[in-house]
Amino acid sequence: MEWDWNFVWEIMPTLIQGVKITILATLLGSVLAAIVGLAIALARRSPNKALSRTVGFLAEFIRGTPLLVQLYFIFYVLPDIGILLPPLVAGVIGLGLHYGTYTAEVYRAGIDNVPRGQWEAAKACNLNARQTWTHIIIPQAIPPMIPALANYFIAMFKETPLLSAITVLELMNQAKSVANTYYRYVEPMTLVGAFFLVISLFSVVLLRWLERRYGKIER
Amino acid sequence: MTQWSGYFGLILQGALVTIELTLMGSVLALIMAFLAGLGRLSRFFAIRALATAYIEFFRGTSIFVQLFWAYFVLPFVGISLTPLQAGVLALGLNVGAYGAEVVRGAIQSIGREQYEACTALNLGRWQAMRHVILPQALLVMLPTFGNNAIELLKATAVVSLISLTDLTFQAQVVRSQTGNTLVPFTTILVIYFALALIISWGVRSLERRMARGLDGVRV
Repeated sequence: MEWDWNFVWEIMPTLIQGVKITILATLLGSVLAAIVGLAIALARRSPNKALSRTVGFLAEFIRGTPLLVQLYFIFYVLPDIGILLPPLVAGVIGLGLHYGTYTAEVYRAGIDNVPRGQWEAAKACNLNARQTWTHIIIPQAIPPMIPALANYFIAMFKETPLLSAITVLELMNQAKSVANTYYRYVEPMTLVGAFFLVISLFSVVLLRWLERRYGKIER
Repeated sequence: MTQWSGYFGLILQGALVTIELTLMGSVLALIMAFLAGLGRLSRFFAIRALATAYIEFFRGTSIFVQLFWAYFVLPFVGISLTPLQAGVLALGLNVGAYGAEVVRGAIQSIGREQYEACTALNLGRWQAMRHVILPQALLVMLPTFGNNAIELLKATAVVSLISLTDLTFQAQVVRSQTGNTLVPFTTILVIYFALALIISWGVRSLERRMARGLDGVRV
């Protein structure tokens, strides 16, 4: 089958509609993942054993099971107990929860990497817990985390096509519906692949820059 | 009361397909990881470029897009794959690209003195790789390979979308036949998690076995 540029231009507007949703889902999912990850990381540091163990197990469970099944769970099971979510919201919650368990590890490593001397110095300077966190620990813990966090957000971006399975009209779903209408798969599918490839090649450059800018501080 | 035993048999069949896919995908991924990982360290520019292109391409586009491309686009250029073949191909090539970076990183983490010792002993490049470098590098690779295998297991859920009857597909069948959503999805989440636990347990015990007799050796 020949590659048809006219067909490509014809379907471009539809695909761009999908791109918008894909980017929207990635941005919202990233924000949610950043928040959920922080909550998990803090809960796991809690002195309350019951809380830290439960959250630890739940995070482990979410990380060990497929995102697709979690999306189905949110999309199909929750309505049965009376929580009806629009597909995009369900998708964003799924992405945010799944990647939150990954970002939690980034936060944990970032916080653990702050040397013990810093905690002790904060105590010696008579700072209270809140001051220690906001003035000493977080400013030192955040910069090394940034490249790792960005890495997971890019991974999330590449997983957004899964949202098509719960009827979100993102890029993959638009491409599929176009393909089914005209019964031409070559152009739409290849364009979707090319789009993801281009974006992730750019994001590799961005990541390298982030790593240089924030990455390795003196150990 | 629905006949749960029959449906449970259906899910069990799905579990077998998932396990089969995971195993076959892992074997292909392992082969590709070593080919591309060693390829990136090759003396020849052409081989390095080829390996880099493979790795960037498969890490850059998502597994979902690759699977759909393999299943829907390849038939138009004359290559018809069964769903199982397309699934194994996409999973293996995708995870293999991630594994290749692990292989490269592990080999590069072996200290220079080991290479110098090989030169001093007059070993050829292949002999040095086979008898000195790889046995040490394998141990470094193993934990990350375990994580990659779990990622592959999670990625198998996607093949349900090209009508392969794996766990996720069977859960959808049960959902559409019984109208019950909580039971099938919870069941398969637990099965996926159990499979992930088995993989991480297996890798850990393999690691212990391979590390035996290496006490005091830098790993």
